[in-house]
Amino acid sequence: MDNTVEIRWHGRGGQGAKTAALLFGEAALSLGKFIQAFPEYGPERMGAPVASFNRISTEPIRLHCSITNPGIVIVLDQTLMGKVDVTEGLPATGILIVNTTDSPAEVRAKLKLQGLKVFTVDASGISKATIGRDIPNTPLLGALVKASNLLDFASMLKDTEEKLAIKFKSKPEIVKGNIEAIKRAYNEVKGE
Amino acid sequence: MSQQKKPGWKELAIGDILPAGTAEKFETGDWRSERPTWHPERCIHCLFCWVNCPDTSIIVENGKMTGIDMKHCKGCGICAKECPVKPDKAITMGPER
Amino acid sequence: MAKFVAKTGNEAMAEAMRQINPDVVAAYPITPATEVVMIFAKYVADGLVNTEYVPVESEHSAMSACVGASAAGGRVMTGTSSQGLVYMYEILPIASALRLPIVMCEVNRAISGPINIHCDHSDTMAARDFGWIQIFSENSQEAYDSLIQAVRIAENHDVLLPTMVTTDGFIISHCLDKIEVLDDKDITAFIGKDRKPNNSLLDLDKPTTLGSIDLQDYYFEHRVQVAEAIKNSKKTIIEVANEFAKKFGRQYGLIEEYKLADADYAIVALGSTCGTAKVVIDELRAKGIKAGLLKIRVYRPFPAEEIAQALSKIKNVAVLDRADGWAGQGGPAYAEIKAALYKSKTPPKMINFVYGLGGREIDKDQLAHVYDCLKNIEQQPDVQYLGVRE
Repeated sequence: MDNTVEIRWHGRGGQGAKTAALLFGEAALSLGKFIQAFPEYGPERMGAPVASFNRISTEPIRLHCSITNPGIVIVLDQTLMGKVDVTEGLPATGILIVNTTDSPAEVRAKLKLQGLKVFTVDASGISKATIGRDIPNTPLLGALVKASNLLDFASMLKDTEEKLAIKFKSKPEIVKGNIEAIKRAYNEVKGE
Repeated sequence: MSQQKKPGWKELAIGDILPAGTAEKFETGDWRSERPTWHPERCIHCLFCWVNCPDTSIIVENGKMTGIDMKHCKGCGICAKECPVKPDKAITMGPER
Repeated sequence: MAKFVAKTGNEAMAEAMRQINPDVVAAYPITPATEVVMIFAKYVADGLVNTEYVPVESEHSAMSACVGASAAGGRVMTGTSSQGLVYMYEILPIASALRLPIVMCEVNRAISGPINIHCDHSDTMAARDFGWIQIFSENSQEAYDSLIQAVRIAENHDVLLPTMVTTDGFIISHCLDKIEVLDDKDITAFIGKDRKPNNSLLDLDKPTTLGSIDLQDYYFEHRVQVAEAIKNSKKTIIEVANEFAKKFGRQYGLIEEYKLADADYAIVALGSTCGTAKVVIDELRAKGIKAGLLKIRVYRPFPAEEIAQALSKIKNVAVLDRADGWAGQGGPAYAEIKAALYKSKTPPKMINFVYGLGGREIDKDQLAHVYDCLKNIEQQPDVQYLGVRE
């Protein structure tokens, strides 16, 4: 279990929290990890708060229970903070990554956080600039890799590009935009 | 139940899957209490009897009614009821003897 | 080449179906099994399989169409869950009575009511007495491997019984996991390109009658044939598992023992809970507590002798049932394991926990609590509902 990192993604229905967990799981698998990715299932309503999860490990994963004490929490939508207890179960050594234009200090102040490593990145702004739409999940993959050091960034980027190239065969501009978004988030994420 | 020796489960075809058409071997004709009689001189070969017979007991050759399969006819009388020939029908029912 | 890929339980089952390439699939989608047939339908539309896909209007019709297609000699599959399986109940025993080797992907989900879409074993457990072979899966890999084995088992002429392979709804069906997908050619070689039926409704040179009336003088014999077939299927299940292990390296059996041989305390469970239990066992053993697990993989035929043998060495046992038997005596596995141990000279002390109904969380703490209860088993009630609010 010491070799397993547990991650929780917070988003709203339709924002891609589930897809983010799946994409990150697949990228980690390609880089030799054992993985799980699963959403929290409930009524499917656009805009309602949702969560999804990852386990990433160097050993086969046998646990099939919920994740209640993640080491990393990622918030796709800053308006969830205060409405959803995004740091629930997160230990003092945990990592919180938020899609926001605020600085880590501002997030820390707003949520009255103690301990934790807090990272912020304007994933929505980046995705609008690179992909043309507010889909913050792909840039957040870059921020997650930077903040967690779980995967080798260059390898992860290459793998994601290959996967997207298959998925969006007829739309190379989408692949280019997504890769650019991940790179920018990796470089622009700020932590303290 | 019949006293004759019946096959055990090891001998029986699995799943009760049997050759098709075994109904032919079951002579339901002895269930009859009424008996149809065909009057060929009145028959117009409309084949209403053939269409309606629930036991496929109307024998037809080359599109013409040629008789009744008495081994299987149960004597239900539908053929006589459906026969449209007037004033006297081409199939009539009478008591089985 | 076999390769490691990320697949959910549903995707793993759909992938196995693609490789099995059945002649006919008739199905009606239902949560959480929807993706199995949805993904497969795409394979059909994309021409990746030669399957005739029958999109029926209900599960009753799905199973009826499967019966017809299997009677015609085809290799036939379907997928369902919960109310869908319940809606098939009328046809399930006909499939086994006609000895049709239909293979089903069943995703375990609570049956209504109240309405619930999450995992428990009540749907599959209620179908346990219909003459179907039932195989439970701990994870996606097992579901994939067992589905491939199921084709061989079901179609074996000593067996000829329909077979369902189950995953736990959402917990496995929707969890992306790392699995090894085998080479298409190896699967074809393992299961054989086509089913080799004894007879076929479409064989005009040898026409057959199916489903004829079977009264006092013959019905009993035909039911005994099914009883014998399911009893004998144990041998085939083991043979197929051994051949699978030899070819592909993963060994399966009727049951799986995890650190059981020297265990003081053991739990018995089915499905995904077994994985979590293994982690708990490792943690307890690190603290010097001799904990163990008996996983039941094959629930029908019921491996009574194997279970009795494995548990007769253990002092204290808790049986975990993810379904109630509605009999006032706990869950179905508990009742059957008690019966299996009736003739044991050294039966363990045993209690029952009914847990996880309607997807109620089962985590490490709860499983550790079960092992804790086994330390003072005399003070425990015969049956407890684990994790329910009083």
